[in-house]
Amino acid sequence: MKLHEYQAKQLLAAYGVPVPENYVASSGTEAAEAAERLGGTGVVKAQVHAGGRGKAGGVKVAASPAEAAEIAESLIGSTLVTFQTGPQGVPVHQVLVEQTMDIDRELYLSITTDGGRRRPVVIASAAGGMEIEEVAQTEPEKVLTESIDPAIGFQPFQGRRLAAGLGLPPAQIRPFSALVDACYRAYVEKDSGMIEINPLVLTNDGQLLALDAKMDLDDDALFRHKAEAGLRDATQDDPLEVEASEAGIAYVKLDGNVGCMVNGAGLAMATMDIVKFAGAEPANFLDVGGGAAEDKISHAILLMLSDPNVEKVLVNIFGGILRCDIAARGIVDAYGRADRQPTLVVRMLGTNVDEGKQILAESGLTATMVDTLEEAAAAIKG
Amino acid sequence: MSILVNENTRLLVQGITGREGSFHAERCKTYGTNLVAGVTPGKGGETVLDGVPVFDSVREAVDSTGANVALIFVPPPFAADAILESADAGVPLVVCITEGVPVRDSTMVMRYLEDKPVRLLGPNCPGLITPGAKAKIGIMPGNIHLPGKVGVVSRSGTLTYEGVDLLTKRGIGQSTCVGIGGDPVSGTGFVDVLAMFNDDPETEAIVMIGEIGGTKEQEAAAFIRENVRKPVAALIVGQTAPPGRRMGHAGAVITGKAALASEKMRALEEAGCRVIPTPADIGATVADMLG
Repeated sequence: MKLHEYQAKQLLAAYGVPVPENYVASSGTEAAEAAERLGGTGVVKAQVHAGGRGKAGGVKVAASPAEAAEIAESLIGSTLVTFQTGPQGVPVHQVLVEQTMDIDRELYLSITTDGGRRRPVVIASAAGGMEIEEVAQTEPEKVLTESIDPAIGFQPFQGRRLAAGLGLPPAQIRPFSALVDACYRAYVEKDSGMIEINPLVLTNDGQLLALDAKMDLDDDALFRHKAEAGLRDATQDDPLEVEASEAGIAYVKLDGNVGCMVNGAGLAMATMDIVKFAGAEPANFLDVGGGAAEDKISHAILLMLSDPNVEKVLVNIFGGILRCDIAARGIVDAYGRADRQPTLVVRMLGTNVDEGKQILAESGLTATMVDTLEEAAAAIKG
Repeated sequence: MSILVNENTRLLVQGITGREGSFHAERCKTYGTNLVAGVTPGKGGETVLDGVPVFDSVREAVDSTGANVALIFVPPPFAADAILESADAGVPLVVCITEGVPVRDSTMVMRYLEDKPVRLLGPNCPGLITPGAKAKIGIMPGNIHLPGKVGVVSRSGTLTYEGVDLLTKRGIGQSTCVGIGGDPVSGTGFVDVLAMFNDDPETEAIVMIGEIGGTKEQEAAAFIRENVRKPVAALIVGQTAPPGRRMGHAGAVITGKAALASEKMRALEEAGCRVIPTPADIGATVADMLG
């Protein structure tokens, strides 16, 4: 689950991470009040779940409260399109009005978990304000990493090592180490999957501050973070993907016209590959999950059909925990309720496959039944 | 004849009285697995599935029955504790089926296991099966498997069944099939399994099924190039997935260039693997490789 910048900053500040003074505003009036409190000027930042806001016009400096109100009014209610959002963009409902800073240096800092090392890792770079992937490609020597032993946490000597690598002045070594430690404690205690502070700035008067903050939380751990679970902003995601997620279905909308419903993520990707190799385009990725019941199958198909681009449907079920007869009943139910019945190709195998085929045959549905992936590809092409 | 599980496997199931646990424990037993015990705290003394004793703790189960493999079906909030309990009781192989274990929990578990003689498979994996020994430790459909000499290792669940089915239909049997799971932090990886297949005299060839995202397949490719003396056929799915979109498995995210299917296929090809062009070709490619 992604957090907005203002949510991440509130959370990190509670752990002792220094952030510039800031106020959230949902209207021009609130933005003007915020600028007033900041001494008349401020930076107005659109709150969206996407990077690249600056280049997209989502971050602007206001020289007066009136200008802050004007900028806020132009942003709130608008749709921001950045290189990370896709052409549909994301809606802006709030802005953050923040103190302006005199910046000496911009650094990069993040914490994530390295699956290879099976440990949290701190990544830091003197090249702040840039995409870290780009820095890693072009100047790998500028990317510093410290792997953290989860049994003892982040240690001061690691902070000193990173600070030295970043070329920080002696007076900043302890504050930097404390800042990283605060981030690490937030990362662990809140079950975060990523905290990224880019840039982390050193101001002209020698303060280290998190000027931007991105943070996400592990969806699988929200059961022990009831307060943070309420921070979700579903308006930032595709409505179909939100509906799917609430139903426990993994769905990603794509641009093609062949709707694919599959059990298992790996088989779903394999099915999309087969569709594409046959010269067609998948309309979505959809993994209905392991022990899906009839109503969940039906829901998944109706959800897929609500995408108007879907002209053909390919169902690929390898019955294991999920039984083919259950899948067949779900298909029949969904096609009975849908307002349109696109061409249907069904490939079923495994547990109770004969019962499944019989249910489809007796339902009166026009479905092309196939047994192999090759036949499925041919039927989709044809 | 196999790796990890065989005729000497004595299985205990944690969460055996739950819905998923009892369903799959029964199927493992029906397949022929030597299911010796179940563990559900608070239900010690009961018996389930025609005489399988249930214990309150893993230690009691191990002491009474000599169980040497644990299979875990407990819900996500309690899965890490279940793994640690089995590790503490000295169970050498722990298989965690549970999907949705928090990454922080898996990280702590793996730290605890670092200096212990315990192997974890999963979490979020389908388990493993040795058809020749009738040992099924997991949720895979048993009837698609055939005893034989090809080792299968995969990050996926149902796609592994697809691959195994295509092999079996051509009469190509399997020594052991291992699903390592798709979580970002997990126990046994490709390299561990490849090393075991390489050393297993009864495994003559290896099929590896990978996915987009991460760098696990590149690590496997490097290991194959240096160490593996047996023929390896490899499939990577997600070749047509758009960059940057999450495709269900937490691990299957295209993060950098290394995570692309094309990069993984290139690395595997350079390591001397036979790259399986599409998922439909698993059977044909392996048959051709075996000659």
